Amino acid sequence: MALLQINSARTSAGGATLVSRTLPRSAVPLLAVLSCGLVALLFAVAPFGGIGGYVVLSGFVFVLLQTASSFAVEGRRHALDRFASTMVYACFLIALVPLVSVVWKVLSQGSGMLDGNFLTHSMRNVGVSETGGGIYHGMIGTLLQGLITSLISIPIALLVAVYLVEYGAGRLARTVTFFVDVMTGIPSIVAGLFIYTVWILILGFGRAGFPAALALTILMVPTVVRSTEEMLKLVPNELREASYALGVPKWRTILRIVIPTALPGIITGIMLGIARVIGETAPLLLLIGGTDSINFNPFSGPQSALPILIYDQAGRPNPEAIDRAWGAALALILIVMILNLAARLVARLTRVR
Amino acid sequence: MTQMTEFRSPHGGPPADSQITGKAVRAGDRIFRSLTAGSSILLLVVIAGIAVFLFSRTVPALREDSVNFFTERTWFPDSSPSVFGIAALAWGTLLSSVLALLLALPIGVGIALFIAHYAPRRLATGLGYLVDLLAAVPSVVFGLWGRDFLVPQMVGISRFLGENFGWIPFFATPDSQTYTQTMLNAGVVLAVMILPIISAVCREVFLQVPQGHIEAAMALGATRWETMRMAVLPFGRSGMISAAMLGLGRALGETVAVALILATSYDISLHILEPGGNTFAANIALQYGFAQSTGIDALIASGMVLFVITLLVNMAARWVIARRAAFSGAN
Amino acid sequence: MAKRIDARDLNIYYGSFLAVESVCLSIEPRSVTALIGPSGCGKSTFLRSLNRMHEVVPGAHVDGSVELDGQDIYADDVDPVTVRRTIGMVFQRPNPFPTMSIFDNVVAGLKLQGKRPKSELNETAEGALRAANLWNEVKDRLDKPGSSLSGGQQQRLCIARAIAVRPEVLLMDEPCSALDPISTLAIEELIEDLKRDYTIVIVTHNMQQAARVSDRTAFFNLVATGKPGQLVEADRTTKIFSNPSVRATEDYVAGRFG
Repeated sequence: MALLQINSARTSAGGATLVSRTLPRSAVPLLAVLSCGLVALLFAVAPFGGIGGYVVLSGFVFVLLQTASSFAVEGRRHALDRFASTMVYACFLIALVPLVSVVWKVLSQGSGMLDGNFLTHSMRNVGVSETGGGIYHGMIGTLLQGLITSLISIPIALLVAVYLVEYGAGRLARTVTFFVDVMTGIPSIVAGLFIYTVWILILGFGRAGFPAALALTILMVPTVVRSTEEMLKLVPNELREASYALGVPKWRTILRIVIPTALPGIITGIMLGIARVIGETAPLLLLIGGTDSINFNPFSGPQSALPILIYDQAGRPNPEAIDRAWGAALALILIVMILNLAARLVARLTRVR
Repeated sequence: MTQMTEFRSPHGGPPADSQITGKAVRAGDRIFRSLTAGSSILLLVVIAGIAVFLFSRTVPALREDSVNFFTERTWFPDSSPSVFGIAALAWGTLLSSVLALLLALPIGVGIALFIAHYAPRRLATGLGYLVDLLAAVPSVVFGLWGRDFLVPQMVGISRFLGENFGWIPFFATPDSQTYTQTMLNAGVVLAVMILPIISAVCREVFLQVPQGHIEAAMALGATRWETMRMAVLPFGRSGMISAAMLGLGRALGETVAVALILATSYDISLHILEPGGNTFAANIALQYGFAQSTGIDALIASGMVLFVITLLVNMAARWVIARRAAFSGAN
Repeated sequence: MAKRIDARDLNIYYGSFLAVESVCLSIEPRSVTALIGPSGCGKSTFLRSLNRMHEVVPGAHVDGSVELDGQDIYADDVDPVTVRRTIGMVFQRPNPFPTMSIFDNVVAGLKLQGKRPKSELNETAEGALRAANLWNEVKDRLDKPGSSLSGGQQQRLCIARAIAVRPEVLLMDEPCSALDPISTLAIEELIEDLKRDYTIVIVTHNMQQAARVSDRTAFFNLVATGKPGQLVEADRTTKIFSNPSVRATEDYVAGRFG
């Protein structure tokens, strides 16, 4: 009908044939080898150097050759498609480089330091330029601060998440949700400044582990609220309604049924939250004072912690101090990674199906 | 959620552990509800508290300042007269964060595309975890790694840029050619740090593209990249915007990585290949040890500015997400 | 501009699982062929194999050949992208691109094939929309988003989008099952018009629709659960619905199962 009005001189999309030229499968690896060879030649002749530069340049040449040959053989659209695919793969590889590099560097520089002595001694009476000394005081500090932070954050975060999921329908809930999201973006140093202003300037207390833990709480609560919320929402409504239909009051339903059902996921979220905050340095800088000695009391006297230990030692010019910094970095990363992996493991093993 | 209605069974009665009167049950509910609501209000109070308390020290600081807080570059709050201002800090924070974003956003989007649509399906979740592991590395470790490993590695390319592209103002190096402790160094390390959050948010959105749209594009004879351009990227546009803003927010507030890498100076300069520069957060970290009372107040004032900036950026990012969830996608 | 399709001994696999077994079917040009059968019998899988869309699922592949006017679309040197340009598809759920206007939706396929002058795009868009019986309803709002139309209109938009690239064949996978009866009628009338210029293959679970709309009908069935689907009988529609040769066909058509 109306189609006949279209100029029939225009050929249909099918054209003559379905067959189109494509690059042979072997072309891509061949081009890769070719690029590496060409750049190697270039490096031999010209004054460039460094393995990083070699890799990047080879990559460039490869992309150039691949796109050009694809354009010649397969046409514009497929050349663009190949180019895009290569770029996307490249992005992923680029992301892996820093990850591998950090892990490698920390392992290689730090593993030599991790021995019994290092882990069980503090820096007391150890001069900066001396070897020896350890991170025991830092580990104790991190542990205690992490504990206090958890003890305060977990109940608050749970209660807020319960409110948002089980009770929240009005304006308060919407405001809180919005600001919880916003709170996840508060810079850690700002949280530190806030507690500093209240604890030290206004209340007049001194530096200790406890105010640092308070600052970490501000950072931990929003993340745990979010993850707990997600887990609570996954609990099917039918479970709640079955409980109500039995005459169980709402608050008991939540405590006895909803939370236990969501518990594995909640635990995962909590562990990830802890892993995040014990790596924070900025609030600690302002609030815990830092000390070379072991302090088991988070409420009085300066305490140490792994992150500021690293920061402090890293800031010194002495190689011995730098070594200790790497050792402490390895210890901190190990703790954080273990927490992360354990959290994921808990999530996988107890998945809500 | 449904409001609980009282249920009284005419036969047998409710289960043993709720042998409580209606009044007590309602009290239990009210208490619990108040508890949860109260905690939520507590959160709001804390945020307000941050603003209020920081502001309370900002005012005296500004009063002490003998010059304009917003246009002054230098930082001598404890001298008399007190002279300090955030111009250089604001500039440095902006420059380093925008640099980080320019580097991290395209790569983050690429990673998200890779995991959502290019990687073999079986490996996709695992590869996603790998990228997320970057987020688990503490920032102080990134700072240490950045300073002792990345910066020396970057000298080569920095030199290449400086010597061959020095005619572009950003890459000019009139004052120093050591190519270490530069804004570029800081920007690159920040980019690595914000990469996980950008790619995670983008990945979320790209995975939500309805299969129907993708099939529609493919059925028209689109190549994989064309399918991405027609169906995936437009759908994920607002997600990408909010990912960028969340990444920016994170970069703005980063403290120790920048403090370990940047050679601090209070200059306002375009030359990202020269050492020098400063950010709000790094300045607080570095000046804190030397500051006396006005100095502390001045640092708090700068912290207030940082708080407001990150608050606005994060609010905008969340608002973009919320708007999108409301209208699109529901087809 | 309308070609015949011949499936020769086509076996369709998902990984190692055989989903559809040994189909030999000829689809005449400029006609409507309906594929009917109970749920899960493989008719949609077969339809998708006609434009290599089933390959979207990783691990899916075929044995045998599908020839478009004699050319095997599964030959080694044939690119699936080219095949899909030539054989268009309309899906069960209307899927106009939500971020594109109505106009952009219609010309989306055209734009993929290279830059064309605005006048040509306008002309093609109008032609396709007229052919899809949608022009009068949208001519004043071509710049509105594609998702602002009703369900029936969206489906006609998808049809316009598919025919704007002048395919040889148009595949339709239960195009009316998500629509109301009035929109369904509109689309069935549209199919009557379109068959003058296109080869159409339509999958439908609505037997009355198949009887109304198609010239030839192919009945697919599952031998037993867990077994692959098969083509049981293919013939002129009038014969299939009045006097089928195979007992199973007669049972299905009479509503005794399915």
